[in-house]
Amino acid sequence: MSFDDAYQSLTDHDDDARWAYGTGFTDPLAGVPSALPDGVDRGDLAAYCLMLGDDALILSHRLQQWVTRAPEIEDELALANIGLDLLGQARLLLTRAGEAEGAGRDEDQLAYLRDPGEFRNVRLAERADADFAELVARLLVFSTWRLALFDRLAATGDPVVAAIAAKGVKEVSYHRDYAAGWVVRLGDGTELSHARTQAAIDVVLPLSGELFVAHPVERRLAELDVAVDPAGLRAEFDDVIAQVLRVATLTAPSQPSPQQSPGRDGDHGAELTEILAEMQGLARATPGGVW
Amino acid sequence: MSAADIAATVTDPELPMLTLAELGIIRDVEEGADGVVVTITPTYSGCPAMEAIRADLLAALRGGGFEQAQVRTVLAPAWTTDWISESGRAKLAEAGIVPPGPAPRRPAGPVPLTLGVRDDGVACPRCGQPRTEQITAFSATACRELRRCPACREPFEHVKAI
Repeated sequence: MSFDDAYQSLTDHDDDARWAYGTGFTDPLAGVPSALPDGVDRGDLAAYCLMLGDDALILSHRLQQWVTRAPEIEDELALANIGLDLLGQARLLLTRAGEAEGAGRDEDQLAYLRDPGEFRNVRLAERADADFAELVARLLVFSTWRLALFDRLAATGDPVVAAIAAKGVKEVSYHRDYAAGWVVRLGDGTELSHARTQAAIDVVLPLSGELFVAHPVERRLAELDVAVDPAGLRAEFDDVIAQVLRVATLTAPSQPSPQQSPGRDGDHGAELTEILAEMQGLARATPGGVW
Repeated sequence: MSAADIAATVTDPELPMLTLAELGIIRDVEEGADGVVVTITPTYSGCPAMEAIRADLLAALRGGGFEQAQVRTVLAPAWTTDWISESGRAKLAEAGIVPPGPAPRRPAGPVPLTLGVRDDGVACPRCGQPRTEQITAFSATACRELRRCPACREPFEHVKAI
């Protein structure tokens, strides 16, 4: 590869998979055996993979919106990297959802051609951040929960989902540490940063209830040891959040009793519609378009 | 050359000083009646280089006379920096990127929370200062972090041990 001419270095190859034209990366599970575990309902596994995949896809989009708006370039890199990890997890999970469904839908069709009512992400993933403190508070809550979930999911019975989770554990550990680091720095910072971070925790932490109530799909699959019942994640979650808040000199607000997430059944706020308008607009305007 | 020898010469698109074999992402190369099957594993879930890697492997195999070749993905066990070979580590160091130490061994129980900066005992690649500071845990690619030496003040990259 010649480095003298940047354009030429991207084009002087005998293949068409150079990044200047997109990666052409069409099947993140290419060659991974697609068989389903015995006794598992296709619809249930597809729905479960959409839940975990949509959580990652939608939050990834929210994180991408912060690139060029973060306080420092290092944080833009961090948020872009975290968003990329989540996007990678989403691609694998959506592809697995399409395989389980068995109707021939691939990750792109699932990401770009579903309406808001077909998205199964938790509401926490779609909300817009009022400020950077809310961004890191939400990322702390989300990644603490997802890490506890993936850590258990890695030992469950669908080999593809378990492998995606095992890989994700390494990634989400860094996401959680990043978010926790900022909550501590801002919480234990100036009077203003403390007040704004406490306000963010007061808004975001009470939204976590939906993360710990199993959807019927999760309950059925958990009985077959193919999913994790999120009720069992609460103790670890509370322990980690308490550790962070203590060091950050912040206090936990009182929390309403947990309710099943309306998002898991496709009931979303206007915020998801706004995300999808941005994310799906081009793909819907030029179906199948590549460049 | 065997298919495995050819596959071993293909370099990584993001760390072009390393071959895919040195990076530890080629897990298997099999020559069978139906052609060559190369099995690779992604470093990170979101690695955008996977298709370029697949295309580079197929192009190299075709160039070496293996027309029938396919590249398969394997997700488990998850890639670890422990799979980067000794020669790979030497080449990273030569390029000014500090190679990773041993991947952290997880104690039983929940994944431990790290508050504050991880002390990985990373020495400065320029002046040898044993203790350096993390600038950010994320850098130009997911697998690298940016650090700074408090003695010579130079920033440098380090491959995170995972």
